[in-house]
Amino acid sequence: MKKILAVLLAAALAASALCACAAKGKSGTVSTNGSTSMEKVIGALQEQFMSDNPGVKVTYDATGSGTGIEAVMNGTCDIGLASRKLKDTETGLTATTIALDGIAIIVNADNSLGDISLDQIASAFTGETKNWKDLGGDDLEISCIGRESGSGTRDGFESITGTADKCVLAQELTSTGAVIEAVKNSKNAIGYASLSAAQGQAGIKILTVGGVECSEATVLDGTYAIQRPFNLVTKDGGKLSDAAQAFFDFATSKAAAALITNAGAVPTAK
Amino acid sequence: MRKRKAALEQLMRMVFLLCGIVSVAFVLLISVYLIIAGLPAIREIGLWKFLFGTKWAPTFSEPAYGILPFILTSIYGTAGAALLGVPLGVLTAVFLAKAAPPRAASLLHTAVELLAGIPSVVYGLVGMILLVPAIQRLFGLSSGACLLAAILVLAVMILPSIVSVSENALRAVPEEYEQASLALGATGTETWFRVSLPAAKSGVAASIVLGLGRAIGEAMAIIMVSGNVANMPGLFRSVRFLTTAVASEMSYAAVGSLQRQALFSIGLVLFLFIMLLNAFLNLVIKKGGGRR
Repeated sequence: MKKILAVLLAAALAASALCACAAKGKSGTVSTNGSTSMEKVIGALQEQFMSDNPGVKVTYDATGSGTGIEAVMNGTCDIGLASRKLKDTETGLTATTIALDGIAIIVNADNSLGDISLDQIASAFTGETKNWKDLGGDDLEISCIGRESGSGTRDGFESITGTADKCVLAQELTSTGAVIEAVKNSKNAIGYASLSAAQGQAGIKILTVGGVECSEATVLDGTYAIQRPFNLVTKDGGKLSDAAQAFFDFATSKAAAALITNAGAVPTAK
Repeated sequence: MRKRKAALEQLMRMVFLLCGIVSVAFVLLISVYLIIAGLPAIREIGLWKFLFGTKWAPTFSEPAYGILPFILTSIYGTAGAALLGVPLGVLTAVFLAKAAPPRAASLLHTAVELLAGIPSVVYGLVGMILLVPAIQRLFGLSSGACLLAAILVLAVMILPSIVSVSENALRAVPEEYEQASLALGATGTETWFRVSLPAAKSGVAASIVLGLGRAIGEAMAIIMVSGNVANMPGLFRSVRFLTTAVASEMSYAAVGSLQRQALFSIGLVLFLFIMLLNAFLNLVIKKGGGRR
């Protein structure tokens, strides 16, 4: 028994020594800056990484994707966080996708509609289409349920459907749970929520968008339209500090996948 | 022995003083902080545009920071709750203090007290799951989360303070007044409405103002039933109150942004409203007391 314990201990020590090598010196600060939507994912990674490497401090400023990208360009942070693709004007940078975030379009379980197109979503949420029958459903008024301004899910939904600043909502709720509850209680409702939160909920139905079902598989292969990447943005040619490189490697590793899933996103590491 | 007693007395006096100072310090701290935190955004946006702007859109590409919809919603919501809650509450108090047989009175009294002890989030939850769908079905709306739902929830929430304070005021009316009225041939109902209630006027008024204070400061229950869209108020429209405006955006507003500062300014406006209500309450109580 004691022998087994000793062997295990030795193995653990060796493993931790290896880890230490990867982080080299195990000290320093990694500053990340950017997307508020990535808060949960980065928070989970940050916590695990800092407990694995007690000497390293990982900081996270939730400022928004644009600010994060700008910060990497100016060199005021090590790793930028962007919950969108880089724009053509944002050059000299590399975006590494660590996860994908699928946004499910949900309606009441009694809604007869099964599929909706991106254009139809936009016209419903901007108030152009007011009745479900115009989308091929029952003769019922549409009531759109959204999230409060500043929410990452709202930002993602509106930027993909092109409805930013134009949504006419019946309810503006402050959590994913509240949106799901409201949709469950109203036949008229349509709302959006992170895939991981909407999956498996009774009383609601996840619509297919343009004929594509919203699932981890379709988000991962890119066929499901309402999704966005969670990117780590780094400067081309610039060299990351050892600590930052270690965090980058950890975030893109398979070991991080479970943490990312727990945080509600679809990990891309293979 | 006597000396020790005196010393103890002195010590206790200091403890009381300290407690008094601590509570006053909290009030001062909160007031000063709210003013310091709330003023910069008002200065940047402009007082007129802030108070009387009808559009709230802090995250749009062209942001707008008008809180008139919130102010009006808070006023309408509180007034609506008072319209429903005051008659119900005052009449319940008359029943409890005058008309009810003792056993029924004690039962009802316990029930009303229980109502006061229910946490506001439970009111919200019940409202969200029962009231909102019911309103939607009853009025054939596309969404039942509206000002009406919030008013109904608030009306129930302010009942306990109206009932218990009014009841106490009614019980304090000298029995001779009522006996004199009855002896002159007035019926019970006439006596309660013509003699007891007017005599207990200031207490009843205080109970109403207390209820209003609770209604205007409530956030948790109504955030769950009012829909939270920054519309100008309408009975069947989704609306946002001063309180819920702060509560719903605080968690996501970026630190140091104008949006966050504006939320503090909304807090300041709400604070002023409640100060006004309190000043009014003091006036009512003082006036009533002077006459007695």
